[in-house]
Amino acid sequence: MLPASTKDIKMAEEIKLFKVKIDNISVEVEPGTTILNAARKIGGEVVPPAMCYYSKLQGSGGKCRTCLVKVSKGSDADPRPMPKLVASCRTTVMDGMEVANITSPEVLDARKGVVEFLLLNHPLDCPVCDQAGECHLQDLSYEHGADSTRYEFKRRTFDKVDLGDHIKLHMTRCILCYRCVYTADQLTEKREHGILGRGDASEISTYISQSLDNDFIGNVIDVCPVGALTDQTFRFKNRVWFLKPVDAHRDCENPKCCGKTVLWMRGDEVFRVTARKDKYGEVEAFICDTCRFDKKEAKDWIIEGPRKIERNSVISQGHYVNTVKPKDPLVDVLDGRQPKLLFDIHSESKVNRPDIDLSKINGPAHSDDFKK
Amino acid sequence: MGRKLLLDKAHIEGIRYYDTYRSNGGYAAAEKALKTLGPDGVLDEVKKSGLRGRGGAGFPTGLKWSFIAKPEGVPRYLVCNADESEPGTFKDRYLMEFIPHLLIEGLLISSFALGANSCYIYIRGEYAWIPDILEQAIAEAKNKGWLGKNIQGTGFDLEIYVQRGAGAYICGEETALIESLEGKRGNPRIKPPFPAVKGLWQSPTVVNNVETLAAVVPIINIGGDEYIKYGTGKSTGTKLISACGNINKPGVYEIEMNISVEEFIYSDEYCGGIKNNKRLKACIPGGSSVPVLPANLLLKTAKGETRMMTYESLADGGFATGSMLGSGGFIVMDEDQCIVRNTLTFARFYHHESCGQCSPCREGTGWMKKVLQNIEYGKGKMSDIDLLWDIQRKIEGNTICPLGDAAAWPVAAAIRHFRDEFEWHVANPQESQTRNFGLAHYADPLPAPTPAAV
Repeated sequence: MLPASTKDIKMAEEIKLFKVKIDNISVEVEPGTTILNAARKIGGEVVPPAMCYYSKLQGSGGKCRTCLVKVSKGSDADPRPMPKLVASCRTTVMDGMEVANITSPEVLDARKGVVEFLLLNHPLDCPVCDQAGECHLQDLSYEHGADSTRYEFKRRTFDKVDLGDHIKLHMTRCILCYRCVYTADQLTEKREHGILGRGDASEISTYISQSLDNDFIGNVIDVCPVGALTDQTFRFKNRVWFLKPVDAHRDCENPKCCGKTVLWMRGDEVFRVTARKDKYGEVEAFICDTCRFDKKEAKDWIIEGPRKIERNSVISQGHYVNTVKPKDPLVDVLDGRQPKLLFDIHSESKVNRPDIDLSKINGPAHSDDFKK
Repeated sequence: MGRKLLLDKAHIEGIRYYDTYRSNGGYAAAEKALKTLGPDGVLDEVKKSGLRGRGGAGFPTGLKWSFIAKPEGVPRYLVCNADESEPGTFKDRYLMEFIPHLLIEGLLISSFALGANSCYIYIRGEYAWIPDILEQAIAEAKNKGWLGKNIQGTGFDLEIYVQRGAGAYICGEETALIESLEGKRGNPRIKPPFPAVKGLWQSPTVVNNVETLAAVVPIINIGGDEYIKYGTGKSTGTKLISACGNINKPGVYEIEMNISVEEFIYSDEYCGGIKNNKRLKACIPGGSSVPVLPANLLLKTAKGETRMMTYESLADGGFATGSMLGSGGFIVMDEDQCIVRNTLTFARFYHHESCGQCSPCREGTGWMKKVLQNIEYGKGKMSDIDLLWDIQRKIEGNTICPLGDAAAWPVAAAIRHFRDEFEWHVANPQESQTRNFGLAHYADPLPAPTPAAV
């Protein structure tokens, strides 16, 4: 009996937990928890998707509206339902609250609408986008998007911008989640970028054409849910699902950097370094730019072992059987001779003319276009 | 003649200046509030008066004031929302331009009731000349001891600052206004916390419209009990209506909220009827964001009652057959006006003014504009009308601030009541470029409801 009573006393000392029901699943959470975090405590399908909320960034969330849920009962004290759908990432739970996420057709309909809005001006250039395979928008549209778009107009485009040596901004893909702005605000010494303009013309930008070179600014690449901010040292080097992520660490000189990273390797080559992300795509701890951009040798790191990847991710398709770089078979085929460059296709071919810009040709290219 | 409370002395020459204002009974209410009523007395009078916010939502002012948090050692702020940017609304401009001291007296009394020692007037950038008028009036009032330290020996301090906006509609939303006032980008904040708890510089703040704060002066003068005798039911007092469109006498009118819409449009005291003896087609009774009503639903409600110029009567029937009093921007359209064109104009406005923070509004407003542009210029399809309906449905209620709703409602109402005109535009792309759909059946009496067959 004694252990039970001590347990009782201990329980009484703790703060009273709020009972919340999300899609008829009960969960007890601390007061002040948001609906989204309560749902994450349950896990599984009831977790609303979040494109702009980031638990490590203060003040984030509420903007993308993908996490809208229906509060069918406000609390035990005030059982009235909330009149509108609420952003679950910014609404705190009340005792006795009942929330409908995937059980509410209204929520699913609204979410479908939001996904359509997010994709409205998105270029859908996943085949050439470095983020493909680890893109939240890709996952979101796969789960909640429509088969085709109803948008018949020209999509808005922006020029690509170099934000310093390491970061490329491709604003056309941006969904304006503001995560990078909060990251720069809260992690780096000074924020040099933000949102310029208004409405659908608003853009992430620096004022005017600054380069971002703070110690921790590389983290904006990790927090970006889409391919708007990409790593210049990794751009177009490889598809992420061909790489083998391994956990690694090093003693970083920067006191604020944890030094715990994921190396994306192929054979013994390190293609890129990122922070470790949890199953919601949020980094566990931020890393400094030295770790991210400058330590691209396997010898810089102490490799811990393969990174656990969620089974539903395309990255989990990679198996760790060939950790050595595959041998080039060409030399064997040629009986040990080294391959010789016979001719450069650009100089030989009649149609491969770099001076003709295919995108400037009206309609499909015709042989006449190359005779000029 | 309807009774007036705000503009009753507006015709007096020189009322803009302190001396004339004072000799015509100005600052008597402030004197009464500061010396006899006290803060709680003022709050009681405002609560008794049933004054409702004149900015658009019509929320009871007394109730709003009583929500303000009063933690120790934290300053409280009163912010006057003079960012009057709603298309069709220009009542506050008139008030500030001609009787600035009425607003300043209202601010003084309201700040006193709320215990605020700093007060900000956030005025839209396009009203370029008004801040000078206000600042001159503030200087006069300060000279005479109505502002500054120890006002009239009562120990109450108040400073009023005028802050110009940069011309963004979104800064009329109270939390975006606060952000802008703090010097940040004018993005609406996510509520809660509400401004009454954490507003300007994370301190308790009340944001009220110019007209609301000016209306506090007559309330204190005549008392809350006398004030409710003006108007009807829960729509107490008088309301400034800025009438525009195809009417003979556009302008700002102060109405007592007990006249009918028909009287307001056709009587010589107010709008003086439709211009050139045309017929009434439609009307937007409360500024661009409220639903447009066809003539037959405007003058009589769906139940057959006369529609009055009150909060309740104009909203009678919900959005299916009613509208809203809103901010009082009364836009009248005659038979020559094209609803599609008008809806496009509004959609273009909301697209231009969307802050771009949340996705439904940022992307949806632009999409609606483009679809409407196609219909208006003869390139529309029948499916576009349903598409528009679906877009507005997915914006409404899913955004951070009410701008999303404000963008969705005019489109929804136009399709709900004027679908025939949209279809005509799509079916007759050539003809729609040269002539208008006209009045059609929009002024016909509503069909009498037939009892269901047993």
